[in-house]
Amino acid sequence: MKNAVGREIPEEALAVKLTNGRQYEPYQGKGYRDGKYIKKAGPTTKVYQKPIESKILPSIRDAVIACGLKDGMTVSFHHHFRDGDYIVNMVMKEIVDLGIKDITIAASSLGSAHDPIAEYIEQGIVTGIQTSGIRGKMGDVVSHGKLKTPAILRSHGGRVRAVEEGDVHIDVAFIGAPTSDEYGNARALGGKGDCGVLSYAVVDSEYADKVVVITDTLVPYPNFPPSIHGVNVDYVVKVDEIGNPKKIASAAARMTQNPRDLMMAENVAKIMAATPWFKDGFSFQTGAGGPSLAVNRFLEPLMVERGIKMSWGIGGITGPICELQRKGLVGKIIDVQDFDVAAIEDIRTNPNHYEMTASEYANPANKGAFVNKLDFVVLAALEVDIDFNVNVITGSDGVLRGAPGGHPDTAEGAKCCVIVTPLTRGRMATICEHVVTVTTPGDCVDVVVTDYGTAVNPNRKDIIEALDAAGIKHVPIKELQEKAYSMVGRPDDLQWKDKVVAILEARDGTILDVVREIKPYEI
Amino acid sequence: MSIPRPKPEKFRLRRTMMFMNAQKPGLIKDAYIYGADSIMLDLEDAVAENQKDSARFSLYHALKTIDYGDTEVIVRINGLDTPHWKEDIRVCVAGGCDGIRIAKTESAKDVQIVDEAVTEAEKEFGVEVGRTLLMAALESPKGVLNAYEICKASPRLFGVALSGGDYRKCMQVKVIPGGIEMLFARGLMLNAARAAGIQCFDTVFTNINDDEGFRAEVKQNVEMGFDGKSLVNPRQINIVHEMLAPTQKEIAEAEKIVRAYRENADKGVGVFTIEGGKMIDIAFVPGAERVIRLAKASGIYEGDL
Amino acid sequence: MELKAVGTAGTLESSDVMITLEPTTSGGIVFDSFESSVINQYGRQIKAEVLASLERLGVKNAKVIVNDHGALDCTIKARVECAFYRGCQCDMDGKFDWGGVIR
Repeated sequence: MKNAVGREIPEEALAVKLTNGRQYEPYQGKGYRDGKYIKKAGPTTKVYQKPIESKILPSIRDAVIACGLKDGMTVSFHHHFRDGDYIVNMVMKEIVDLGIKDITIAASSLGSAHDPIAEYIEQGIVTGIQTSGIRGKMGDVVSHGKLKTPAILRSHGGRVRAVEEGDVHIDVAFIGAPTSDEYGNARALGGKGDCGVLSYAVVDSEYADKVVVITDTLVPYPNFPPSIHGVNVDYVVKVDEIGNPKKIASAAARMTQNPRDLMMAENVAKIMAATPWFKDGFSFQTGAGGPSLAVNRFLEPLMVERGIKMSWGIGGITGPICELQRKGLVGKIIDVQDFDVAAIEDIRTNPNHYEMTASEYANPANKGAFVNKLDFVVLAALEVDIDFNVNVITGSDGVLRGAPGGHPDTAEGAKCCVIVTPLTRGRMATICEHVVTVTTPGDCVDVVVTDYGTAVNPNRKDIIEALDAAGIKHVPIKELQEKAYSMVGRPDDLQWKDKVVAILEARDGTILDVVREIKPYEI
Repeated sequence: MSIPRPKPEKFRLRRTMMFMNAQKPGLIKDAYIYGADSIMLDLEDAVAENQKDSARFSLYHALKTIDYGDTEVIVRINGLDTPHWKEDIRVCVAGGCDGIRIAKTESAKDVQIVDEAVTEAEKEFGVEVGRTLLMAALESPKGVLNAYEICKASPRLFGVALSGGDYRKCMQVKVIPGGIEMLFARGLMLNAARAAGIQCFDTVFTNINDDEGFRAEVKQNVEMGFDGKSLVNPRQINIVHEMLAPTQKEIAEAEKIVRAYRENADKGVGVFTIEGGKMIDIAFVPGAERVIRLAKASGIYEGDL
Repeated sequence: MELKAVGTAGTLESSDVMITLEPTTSGGIVFDSFESSVINQYGRQIKAEVLASLERLGVKNAKVIVNDHGALDCTIKARVECAFYRGCQCDMDGKFDWGGVIR
């Protein structure tokens, strides 16, 4: 069956069983579930009526046993420690050593720090993966059909919805925390490897049957105000290190010096300034790297020139937006993740820099997340096609190597979603006829800025008018794609096998696309 | 298959000439996107001694396959004191570049030697003789002192440029804010170029993080009368274009002159007055036309001339 | 002009390709190794471009190593030709056949 972005969704994918029995549907278009109702799926939790002094257990192994972790269960993790994370590998090793099998990992994201999991997949011990990101060896083995069930890939907002709705039920949540007290009140500041916030883990702490906090820094009770509340936590384990602090927070998200990135970033800022939403009190989110981050720097002079201020900025936070705030140009920063030391330092000391939960950030099924009030979002992409569909997950070889993250959430929510990407990367045409995998549907993408020109989604007549009025040139996206192909040549189609290895969920829980097993290329 | 390039214009706008290593595929594939008036694909200093051959193959296929559009494509060849320059000229002409920058020019003879080799190559590759333009880079006191002879040395020569790095070494001076160390060379070269009726370009500013210093130097360039500047980083392009852009007042004045000239030329009148009573003769016209051209290129001209 | 020794050109930088040609006396053109960051989408075209360049240069037998990081066709041609003339041990500043076999 073809979905609303023209992707064939096979029966095999539609038949995948969700824990709550909900039947998968193909993607129906933007805002499909608006106004409908969901029944939240509550966890089964243990009663702690008699006072105990402490929930601390001596080891992760003890916690795994105490939680009653068994074959076929689902465990969850968060990704605030990014490439520095030790938690996933430590916990999974204990689970595997105890001989427990048929495990599903439901993480907010997984990355290159988790290469050892690839082996558990190949051994058939880990049989399900539900995540936003999948990269490195794990991306490789899943793309080669080694995972028993299709991986389910969700946006950050989509994951919260799925957990709350019961599409996935977490049996045990393992939450790494920079600090915790003996009752499991956990914070992301004051430890050896601070990550600033614990936004993604909040839903796990509220919806998992059992919750274990793992920290390397125990602090006196009560560790307040907590990100993860002790009332939701069963056990606390102290380990030597939760992660590598250097990789948890990069020294500073470096502002690109690449002239191509800077040129594109400057053009994005000019385009934003030409729209009706660029006025006093606007709201904004940028990505963390390359040209999208550099937009911050070009917004500043435009804001000063017009005498306007941003009322709030959200998202993955980096130094540059904090700096903009210090200059008095941003009211509040609302933070779901920190990408660099500067952002972590800022939330530690700045009263106008707040932590929010992933649900507050992006959940499409709550009563209105931050993304729904967002004016602008500037995002990157691996590929964009002539229908404005974006791919951020599969590389030009068809292998899983990315994460939708907050991309589809902010794209659907924001009044103006700008994608910024070079027209080609090496020999890869970024603007192409059909993306390998649709991860953000084209009906949510408004403007595409490249080093060769800008294209506006024809559905957005208002933006087209605004750019025309400001004298900003734009071209049909087809023209950009043709220019790209004239430079790099028309790519051959990727060769796939039949097996579906991953399901790309839209944020509302319908199916946007599937990824199939890649056929090795032979020259 | 190969991209036809229009015949090069000897006198065109050349506000910015950006250097690009001809050996780097990632750079040369689309060096035009930043909007420089001219790009300078470099076979000389940017290319290691043992990669001179490789750079020529890259250059040839880049010239043949990449559509540089309106951007002028100039190639800096190796000096006449090296074994490389002759083959550099052959590849430039065969590839069909718009112009050749002669490094380390010291005399009119240097220009003539290159001119002859270019003519020979044009005949060999069936290119219209005289198509390929030349510019001379002055890099030594000797070159500077011979500037006027050099500027007159070939009808192909559209301009002369100063190369500050080598010149400063010869003069045993370093970069001085304000440019006192270059004042004589810049002044002499400008006079020579204007006397010979060709264009004149200033040297590169290499500290790309010093925006303020760069702006100060460009301001001085404009005040001294340079046509343009060699650049090392695309980020510098817009700054030069912005600073070379005429003011609205200058544009209005130029418009009056050009319009009045056109009206009077039809009647055969050579001297005329414009609004405000200013006396104008034909000598004012090229300057006024240049202002209009600059305004158009800077994207600030809204008139219909 | 004939390959006398191993000839290599290009780098491992992005948008470049490193080509190595080794002379052989028989067996035709053999790809000893063929790696590319865009092999699934462009492997066929890269191979065709290398073979076409070798044919123009009159190379009948050689072992070829391709290590590509997303080079465009114009770069592939340039690197094959450069590797060939280096393998022929000819004068780097000699007269090359621009527009003839080099095209």
